[in-house]
Amino acid sequence: MTPHETKGETQYTAYHPRWYRTRVSTYWWLGKWYYLKFVLRELSSIFVAYFVVITLLQIHSLSRGPEAYARFEERMRNPLMIALDAISFLFVLFHTITWFNLAPRAMVVRLGGKRVPEILIAGSNYVAWLVISASVAWFILR
Amino acid sequence: MATDEPKKLLEPFFWTLFSAGGVVAALLMPVHIFLFGLAFPLDWIRGLSDTRALPLIEHPLVRIYLFVFCSLPLFHWAHRFRYTLYDGLQIKHLNEVITVFCYGGAIIGTALAGYLLLSIP
Amino acid sequence: MAETIQLEVTRYSPEHDAAPTFQRFEVPYRRDWVVLDALNYIKDQLDGSLSYRWSCRMGICGSCGMMVNGEPKLTCATFLSSYAPDAVRVEPLRYFPVVRDLVIEMSDFMVKLKKVKPWIIQKEEKSIADGEYLQTPQQLDVYKQFSMCINCMLCYAACPVYGLDPLFTGPAAIALAQRYNIDSRDQGAKERMDILSQHEGIWACTFVGECTEVCPKHVDPAGAIQQYKLTAAKEWFKSLLMPWGAK
Repeated sequence: MTPHETKGETQYTAYHPRWYRTRVSTYWWLGKWYYLKFVLRELSSIFVAYFVVITLLQIHSLSRGPEAYARFEERMRNPLMIALDAISFLFVLFHTITWFNLAPRAMVVRLGGKRVPEILIAGSNYVAWLVISASVAWFILR
Repeated sequence: MATDEPKKLLEPFFWTLFSAGGVVAALLMPVHIFLFGLAFPLDWIRGLSDTRALPLIEHPLVRIYLFVFCSLPLFHWAHRFRYTLYDGLQIKHLNEVITVFCYGGAIIGTALAGYLLLSIP
Repeated sequence: MAETIQLEVTRYSPEHDAAPTFQRFEVPYRRDWVVLDALNYIKDQLDGSLSYRWSCRMGICGSCGMMVNGEPKLTCATFLSSYAPDAVRVEPLRYFPVVRDLVIEMSDFMVKLKKVKPWIIQKEEKSIADGEYLQTPQQLDVYKQFSMCINCMLCYAACPVYGLDPLFTGPAAIALAQRYNIDSRDQGAKERMDILSQHEGIWACTFVGECTEVCPKHVDPAGAIQQYKLTAAKEWFKSLLMPWGAK
């Protein structure tokens, strides 16, 4: 019996093994610390979007005059807001660190035929981050 | 094998925006949240009174900076959140709704930022 | 040190089982034994009906991938001493249909591997008389890491995107496509790009990175996919801004 002789059509026999397929749980990401870290990293984007909204509100209140801006500042002092902002800060920091640590895997830089070590690329990102953050802070605070 | 023209996706475009937004968020967001979300409200540092703030943001370069600061991270969120919904909640069959919600939200936010920054007196 | 160790092994016989079950075996514990040695002992001495794949027993053929205590591992490279004295749970490779016991159906991977054309594509083949394709050590170094793949599919068992969406091309296939894309002798990057720059190609990947963590050959498929995304994005913008440029 040679299946190849039948014009390339698949030969199904009467018995076909029944494959077993497991369905992936909705909570697959709780199964491992590495997966949980991944999901937290992805969720950090929500806090990024949240603070963009805060910034838009800040710009809006600034352009509406001193009373509006004072009200905005008052709302920012609300303990719930402070808590939310503290959490956002931690999540955005997590985003920054994971982003810089992963960037060298996506951007391979070759100098003189050899690959630049990942730690140098990540390191230069961190340095840029510190310089830019200091510049922004100086610009706002001066 | 019949070779039909592969679909020209917008995916690379949105991924690029996601990456750019990720860089902007990584570099700029921490210092902004620290100052405006924690340090000023908690009086760790003397806050930005509106007499100093308004002339700062009237400057066209600052407006462009703020526009980039608001727009690109929103696209970063849009792309990342879209895939989080696919993989986390396994609702990929709703992908048209998700796509419109995510990128639409980013576009609305961008438009809002543009409008607000242009209408500063 | 215990004289024996318990192995908890998945049994699934499609003729009379509705779902997989576990069977416990007690095997001798030797410090230099790997999980594969334990499975071979079971098959030789305890239960000859146990079905599983293996071949080279030295980590190069890629046949013996299974889940050991929930982690994708090559059973020929996983020592019992890492788990002793606790029991060792051996299950078939995750996210693949189970045919029988520890044997999985791998056609999905084979189809996807072929789809990405993992071979040198030349617009015009050189004739034998023209000699070999020459390549410097630096040019080899560019793709060498991605060429170390032994097609063991541990990365597929680690990838939650593949688990959730079986249409996803998957880490190994994409890494191998990239291996040929950046090979200086290859001219098929555009062909592969058309195939892989699809929703179920490189774009479904969310850079979880677990594939790289489990790879026994340190191929870093996650890195390969991100590099591919960068290339694809550059090509997309190039074709948008310079549509006349043919590759």
